[in-house]
Amino acid sequence: MGIPYSYSFRNLWTRRLTTVLTASGMGLVVFVFAATLMLTEGLQKTLVQTGSSDNVVLLRKSSNSEVQSAVERDQASLLESQPEIAVGADGEPLLAKELVVLINLKKRVGDKPSNVIIRGIDPASLKLRPAVRLKEGRMPRPGSAEVVAGESVARRFKGCGLGETLRFGMRDWRVVGVFDAGATGFSSEIWGDRDQMMQAFRRPVYSSIIFRLRDTTAFDAYKARIESDPRLTVEAKRETRYYLDQSEAMAKFLRILGLVLTVVFSIGAVIGATITMYAAVANRVTEIGTLRALGFQRKSILSAFIVEALLLGLCGGVLGLFAASFMQLITISTMNWASFSELAFSFTLNVSIVWKSLLFSAVMGLVGGVLPAFRASRMKIVEALRAT
Amino acid sequence: MAEASEPIVRIRNLSKAYRRGAQIIPVLTGINFDIARGEFVALMGPSGSGKSTLLNLIAGIDSADEGSIQVADVEITTLGESDLASWRAGSVGFIFQFYNLIPVLTAFENVELPLLLTHLNRRERREHVEAVLDVVGLADRMDHYPSQLSGGQQQRVAIARAIVTDPEILVADEPTGDLDRVSAEEILQLMDRLVREFGKTVVMVTHDPRAAEKAHIIRHLEKGELSVT
Repeated sequence: MGIPYSYSFRNLWTRRLTTVLTASGMGLVVFVFAATLMLTEGLQKTLVQTGSSDNVVLLRKSSNSEVQSAVERDQASLLESQPEIAVGADGEPLLAKELVVLINLKKRVGDKPSNVIIRGIDPASLKLRPAVRLKEGRMPRPGSAEVVAGESVARRFKGCGLGETLRFGMRDWRVVGVFDAGATGFSSEIWGDRDQMMQAFRRPVYSSIIFRLRDTTAFDAYKARIESDPRLTVEAKRETRYYLDQSEAMAKFLRILGLVLTVVFSIGAVIGATITMYAAVANRVTEIGTLRALGFQRKSILSAFIVEALLLGLCGGVLGLFAASFMQLITISTMNWASFSELAFSFTLNVSIVWKSLLFSAVMGLVGGVLPAFRASRMKIVEALRAT
Repeated sequence: MAEASEPIVRIRNLSKAYRRGAQIIPVLTGINFDIARGEFVALMGPSGSGKSTLLNLIAGIDSADEGSIQVADVEITTLGESDLASWRAGSVGFIFQFYNLIPVLTAFENVELPLLLTHLNRRERREHVEAVLDVVGLADRMDHYPSQLSGGQQQRVAIARAIVTDPEILVADEPTGDLDRVSAEEILQLMDRLVREFGKTVVMVTHDPRAAEKAHIIRHLEKGELSVT
């Protein structure tokens, strides 16, 4: 048996002030680390929740997003008649041919323009997105110049509130309803009648086709058949995959930014931990000599100081996570680079981020503690005892 | 009594020098010295005479340049770092001038420390610790931290720590050096009791003639050489 853990713990407790100050420095780094992970997680969660795994999105081959895609009408009618498409309670196929266009709207605060997705929908569109619920007003009447706005758009953009009027596609559109789409990307969209919009925007083709699979396991076979059909130029993606791909560019950017910040900050924090642990060793030279004289091996001394540094790091981890958990109250609205439109999402903390942050803080403690711990373990007993 | 028994410590031709830069300073030169089991030996001598070095060598915390040291038939000069540490854990009890208790551990935990290196379980350790704290008369202070104890009490905890593993020899470096006269007297009586009642062998370095009086044998070191008094 080695030196008890309580020895390491109580030494930290005895010099509480130093411990808290050093741990705070490390906590700051863990905060930045956790916050960027939470931001990435929030972004991906928002976009992935937008999709549903038994829905399939059909886009023109090699288009990254609905905005870039175009599906010809003749291809659409072929795709409409495939056997894999589920049928709704009303006997109609659960398939929507949609139009997606970007327009520029001014924000209510600051008057700055930003891109907003306009989606021309089919009657089946709502059934395909169970997360979307009408919150106020009513859905637009087919064949009319009426739209419904996602909650996030209605709140943040001029002319998008209930009863207001928007001008785009050389027409005026009345906002007759506001829908709630939970934490999904649809909250940042405006929906209206597809045929009216195709007229207004002079678009002869659809942007995408979305449908529900009759049997969710049939996807791979369906995809293989559709993509090898010489009459078709579309590719099929599960809706979840489609939105995950959309978030990838931004998530990658956030990850790199987070990594760079964290690495730079953590160097400082590790140096702080090293100084603290060196001071701890220097103050306890006689103690170390005594433990060695009593018969504790070098490796026991080494591990006692490493445990102390690990605990110090974990204190920092807990402090940083505690602070980062408050970030969940904040919602960020920014440009989604894949669709070039506004997207609102919040910092999201999950168990995996908690573990990663704690592991990261422990590693910082370990790196900071290794040199001082080695120094402690390599002291000559006689010299250490003479330090009294 | 001392003459009749086999020596527990047998030192032959022991030499030790320190290097300070290019200079070599001899500390001990060709020491021959036996200590019988159950003896109370005081090492005296002026500063720099090498008495602490001799004590450290017997206790296995310093290494000799030449010669042999046998403690209870174990030749300790040939033991490696790790074996020496294990040997110390089982065979040597340390008593220091400044007690050297671990400030963040209670009296009980301080005394328990050497037992963590044995195979005793928690319950057996508790029994041993309580027994030795009772011997030094501090059974009622076992949950106190060193800072809550007087100097004399701290030294008694340190003595309990030194005897808890029932070692072959006890080494004491100026055990009364930091104590007032009354506490010093108590500590010396306790050490005397350990020798008489429990048959311990004690090697003590001291400046204090009153402390040396308690010993059976006083050895003087001068310029690295021993003389008998």
